[in-house]
Amino acid sequence: MNKVQNNKAWWLILPMFALVAFSAIIPLMTVVNYSVQDIFDQNTAYFVGVEWYQEVLRNERLHDSLLRQFIFSFSILAIEIPLGILVALMMPKTAGWKTSLTLILLALPLLIPWNVVGTIWQVFARGDIGLFGWAMNALGFEYNYTANAIDAWLTVVLMDVWHWTPLVALLCYSGLRAIPDAYYQAAKIDRASRWAVFRYIQFPRLKAVLIIAVLLRFMDSFMIYTEPFVLTGGGPGNATTFLSQTLTQMAIGQFDLGPAAAFSLIYFLIVLLVSWLFFTSLSLTDKDQLKQGSASS
Amino acid sequence: MLNWMAWTLPTAIFFAAIAGILLTMTILEVYRPCRERKGFLPLTTTRGDRLFISLLTSAFIHLTMLGATDLSIWVAFAISIVAMTIILRWG
Repeated sequence: MNKVQNNKAWWLILPMFALVAFSAIIPLMTVVNYSVQDIFDQNTAYFVGVEWYQEVLRNERLHDSLLRQFIFSFSILAIEIPLGILVALMMPKTAGWKTSLTLILLALPLLIPWNVVGTIWQVFARGDIGLFGWAMNALGFEYNYTANAIDAWLTVVLMDVWHWTPLVALLCYSGLRAIPDAYYQAAKIDRASRWAVFRYIQFPRLKAVLIIAVLLRFMDSFMIYTEPFVLTGGGPGNATTFLSQTLTQMAIGQFDLGPAAAFSLIYFLIVLLVSWLFFTSLSLTDKDQLKQGSASS
Repeated sequence: MLNWMAWTLPTAIFFAAIAGILLTMTILEVYRPCRERKGFLPLTTTRGDRLFISLLTSAFIHLTMLGATDLSIWVAFAISIVAMTIILRWG
């Protein structure tokens, strides 16, 4: 059968393109324009070339918050992805009231607005009235997230894990449910172990949803702002000040629009690069497997 | 109307160049459609993939030069052009 190629269909994406141009491309172009100028007000701007980029790239404060951002994003990914898979594997396999109940309970943290999540944990982790903080102190740990940097980190990571692991679990659960029963029956006939079933049936089939989960969690955690801002305010000192908070301080607190614009573009390029790397490496292994599969069959 | 966007001549040239590249790629695709192939990059790529990779590479070449050295931006630009050509041709 000949596949008909009709390029007229491209016109149908024109409305979407106009929308994206309005909401993303034009603002991004403006940011590029801002990043090469010293802006005083709407009518007074001086062209400074790449000076802001040079300044931003050599700024210690930004290096530190970039490093913290990477440590944060990779540590929550390292916890949330395996934990999410584990939760999805333990969920009930058949439809029924137990499944519905689990799904609702899992989805609850996802429904809470970010600033409320921050507030919940701010109270929850307090040593005097918070259950978590009080329990930690009662168990003999010197826990105080407002004074100790490690405690603050622990609380921020724990909060993100609590808030977003359900998303990974729900995605994985939907991926698991899409596996036909025949695979499990075949595995049973082969007397495959629990691990072999996971390694050769479930995990390969989860890859597509895992790409989405990793990408979503990476991008989202890399841009995290509200929760740590409400919980720790970036403290103690600068211990939990992540990239977007540094950026906001620069753009709105100090009104340095030029450097802030240059910094946002660098930020954007880093997110673009890492997301692209994740996406290509994960979808690449998929393609290789398909090739191997068709070669062997 | 475009006053709020704070245009400057260099950024206008930059975006015109990007638009020009995209337009050229579109026309080229219509008249000489490309096929996926494998070059020295560890994945099969189309012409558009290679353009994306080379643009991203040149962006990071510029940033590295700006952050790590005091050389003129034009040196980074020249290196980027060479890198882009290599990736587009043999990538």
